[in-house]
Amino acid sequence: MRAAGVTLAIILALVLQTTLSRFLVRGTFAVDLVLVVVVYVALMSGPVTGLLTGTVAGLIQDTLSTGVIGIGGLAKTVVGFLAGIIGTQFIVARPLPRFLVFFSATVLHQTITIGLGVVLGLRTLGSPYAGVAGQALGNAVVGVAAFQLVELLPGAVERRKMARTRLRR
Amino acid sequence: MSILDIRQHAGYLFLAVTLGHVILISAQVNSRSGVPVLEAVTFGLFAEVQRGSSAGVTGVSGFWHRYGSLRSVERENAELKQQLETVQVELQEQRALADRARGLQELLDLRDRSKLKTIAAEVIALSASPDFQTLTLDKGTNYALRTDMAVIANDGVVGRIVVPSGRAAKVQLLIDRNAAAGALVERSRAQGVVKGTGDGRLQLEFVSEAADVAVGDLVVTSGIEGIFPKGFTIGRVEVVEKTGPAYKRITVKPAVDFSRLEEVLVVLTPTPAREAEESRE
Repeated sequence: MRAAGVTLAIILALVLQTTLSRFLVRGTFAVDLVLVVVVYVALMSGPVTGLLTGTVAGLIQDTLSTGVIGIGGLAKTVVGFLAGIIGTQFIVARPLPRFLVFFSATVLHQTITIGLGVVLGLRTLGSPYAGVAGQALGNAVVGVAAFQLVELLPGAVERRKMARTRLRR
Repeated sequence: MSILDIRQHAGYLFLAVTLGHVILISAQVNSRSGVPVLEAVTFGLFAEVQRGSSAGVTGVSGFWHRYGSLRSVERENAELKQQLETVQVELQEQRALADRARGLQELLDLRDRSKLKTIAAEVIALSASPDFQTLTLDKGTNYALRTDMAVIANDGVVGRIVVPSGRAAKVQLLIDRNAAAGALVERSRAQGVVKGTGDGRLQLEFVSEAADVAVGDLVVTSGIEGIFPKGFTIGRVEVVEKTGPAYKRITVKPAVDFSRLEEVLVVLTPTPAREAEESRE
């Protein structure tokens, strides 16, 4: 059940990602929704689920891109694993810690991705700091919002059900 | 493996997945030499394994070879040690022979110099008691050895024959406490008598107060007692003590090292005094 939910979330993220790809900041997409999903799942479910989610999501993302397959997978695997460990070792229940986790996860993800690209001669290092910072900020905002939305959603449904019941009476 | 087991080994799973990604990436990327990274890395890793195994085989082979060599060296070492011991024994024998030959040569020279009729004899035993300074020669009356014949060595006077037998002779050393000989200080011609003290030294006695004796003076036989031929070395003056004008004590260090005697000469030629005595008999 959880695997199906995670898969669905990944697919949804990919769809949204490809749809919203026109929002660019200096050549890099400002928000990596797949990464947000990976970090979210890792924080909620632990390192194993996190790394498996990162692996699957990253590989799918890689196959859909024109780059070397595996770089994104490796980066998201590492991020998912570490985020899962953080989620199990620390209490990450408030917006600020979540923001920091998403922000750091994005920085790490980009470091691995860019670093591997440079090491393998696939790209030059250039000056990616602004792009990385922008994406980290965007991912953090979206991730925190997603958490807030999911946490508020069950309560809202309950409140609407209760309101309908009162009106009928 | 159940999900629970996987969760308990998250680290291993992480490493496995990471390794899988690395392999996947390497398979797609060429190295600078144009060879795929996966192939290059695999070859590099396998080459290291080959290097390690080769080093291991070489090491074991070398160890075994060294072990074999060590055993061979150990055996060779034992043989060489045995050979060395044999050679050392032979060397000692040769050295002893050379020493004996040298001693005999010196005795021969002494005999030629002294123009006395002598016979060489070998020392076969030393004194049986520490109170008496004697030695035993391997020749006796069968070789015309008689009582009171002088025994000399290359360095000087040894003593006199006191007990001859058919095949051996006992010699009283000059340092025996009962031994004495007429003596002469070579430098000043001062006369006296040397007597053994029993402790390896000689006392020069009966020296005139007017005589000139000094430390280092050579003391030789005077021949006055009729046993020792005149002019043979007895020793050197070691200590001179005087009480007033008289000599209290004159100590003489023997020229002969009695502890190292191996061959000696027995003087067969009688001294004039003894010849006269024998003619009277």
